[in-house]
Amino acid sequence: MKPIITMKKHLLDFKVEENIRLTNAYALLKLTPADGSELPEMLPGQFVQVAVDRSKATFLRRPISINNVENNRLWLLIRNAGEGTEHLIASKQGDVLNLLLPLGNGFPTDSVKGKILLVGGGVGIAPLVYLGRTLKASGLDVEFMTGARSKNDLLMIDLMREIGPVHISTDDGSEGDCGVVTLNHAWNNDWARICCCGPAPMMKAVAAIARQRQIECYVSLENMMACGLGACLCCVEKTVKGNVCVCTEGPVFNINQLTWHD
Amino acid sequence: MARLNVNIGSLELKNPVLTASGTFGYGTEFADLIDLNRLGGFIVKGTTLNAREGNDYPRMAETPSGMLNAVGLQNKGVDYFIDQIYPTIKDYDSQIIVNVSGACVDDYVEVAHKLAPLEKINAIEVNISCPNVKQGGMAFGTTCDGAASVTKAVRAAYDKTLIIKLSPNVTDITSIARAVEDEGADSVSLINTLLGMAVDVERQRPCLSTVTGGLSGPAVRPVAVRMVWQVAKAVKIPVIGLGGIASGRDALEFILAGATAVQVGTSNFVDPTVTMKIIDYIDDYCVRHGVEDIHDLIGII
Repeated sequence: MKPIITMKKHLLDFKVEENIRLTNAYALLKLTPADGSELPEMLPGQFVQVAVDRSKATFLRRPISINNVENNRLWLLIRNAGEGTEHLIASKQGDVLNLLLPLGNGFPTDSVKGKILLVGGGVGIAPLVYLGRTLKASGLDVEFMTGARSKNDLLMIDLMREIGPVHISTDDGSEGDCGVVTLNHAWNNDWARICCCGPAPMMKAVAAIARQRQIECYVSLENMMACGLGACLCCVEKTVKGNVCVCTEGPVFNINQLTWHD
Repeated sequence: MARLNVNIGSLELKNPVLTASGTFGYGTEFADLIDLNRLGGFIVKGTTLNAREGNDYPRMAETPSGMLNAVGLQNKGVDYFIDQIYPTIKDYDSQIIVNVSGACVDDYVEVAHKLAPLEKINAIEVNISCPNVKQGGMAFGTTCDGAASVTKAVRAAYDKTLIIKLSPNVTDITSIARAVEDEGADSVSLINTLLGMAVDVERQRPCLSTVTGGLSGPAVRPVAVRMVWQVAKAVKIPVIGLGGIASGRDALEFILAGATAVQVGTSNFVDPTVTMKIIDYIDDYCVRHGVEDIHDLIGII
């Protein structure tokens, strides 16, 4: 298992510079430090904990993946998954959000011989954009695979196409292959490494393919968490070395560390 | 600046603000965000004789103004604490208290015995109130005889400050408090979590793998303040108050109701810097009210 990242954590106010409503359920928030300071260093696959101040029913912070870092702006792709995220999606330009960051370990970005496949489902594509950009900047070959119910539910496709080829699956066949991502024709290609983020059933199916074909594979988990700092021990995942915190030893795990195949 | 230092038994705290066990890791998790040296002390997570894996996921459910947890005392055991953790935290200029749990009386005694020689650990908090373990835990804390038996045995093995953490899941918490006082406890801390339950209506299943869990956060605060007030009237030993403290104002509720010190728990998850704000607020409050010594506020209600 990768060593626990010990990057300095910050508690910072951010100003909402832009709130772009992508679909009914998704918004892209572009944030910048409220005091004008520089963004702290963040790695692809790490996440932030966002305080939800104006929601009576929301007590805890919401863990959100780092979608991109560009021009001193932090991008957060947020899915409306309940009252907390609903409030975040409703934020307006100029609103201030308090963030704890950067948290977790992140995806591997070291060099590999061959192509890297980034597989994302739903809001799971969020960390793959920043990861794809980072890998491409290091001269690595990156391709994406993503799926949705229908063409109109696909997110950030143009952004991904700027980075590399995008293999699309839709349930209704309105774009790309018809069916789930694990049936996409691009699985016939050779992949040196897979990085995956999405709903658990999708990640488990991708992990099963990777295991069968002996491809190095990493998944990003989204277990419910309270603190994000490794203190509350609520977000644990069973691994080959016992229960570990997803917030500090993850969210990214090599599938060989998990007990999914048992 | 007011005098904020208080004593719990022979344990001297520079101010009455502690962090609650299980909500603050070993302190180091928060070191980037706050100055640990400013705390009155921090109480490290529940430590048992042998390593424990804790309960299955899901262990947490958010609830109105709070949360349920069913962690189940996951920890690497007392020997790991002594060998691996203690050396990394012993030099903080803040009191470190170890929360001790066990499945039987002998477990508590052995852990206390192993911790006693550690120079920097001048107090233990004995947890007879964990609602999330099958054996021990709350079972000891819900009867006077159970609470007394653990206290008596640990007291015989441990001569530094002994704090007993009480469960609110009882009919009369004052009788439990008196029972542990009679057996030589130096202090009682209360409340541990309230036993609760939440249901995922869509999936028609309990939210927690253990079905029930411990409720904490601001939702429990009025219950905790009431119990601290009752216990403070019933015993002579100092009372440490906790339960839903999220601000300096909240901490003062407990102090005015009879708490000599307070613990901040679940709110560390929401605002990891909350303890610093609470210490500053208490100091400002004393100045604002012309109070030179925090003792002039303790238990005046």
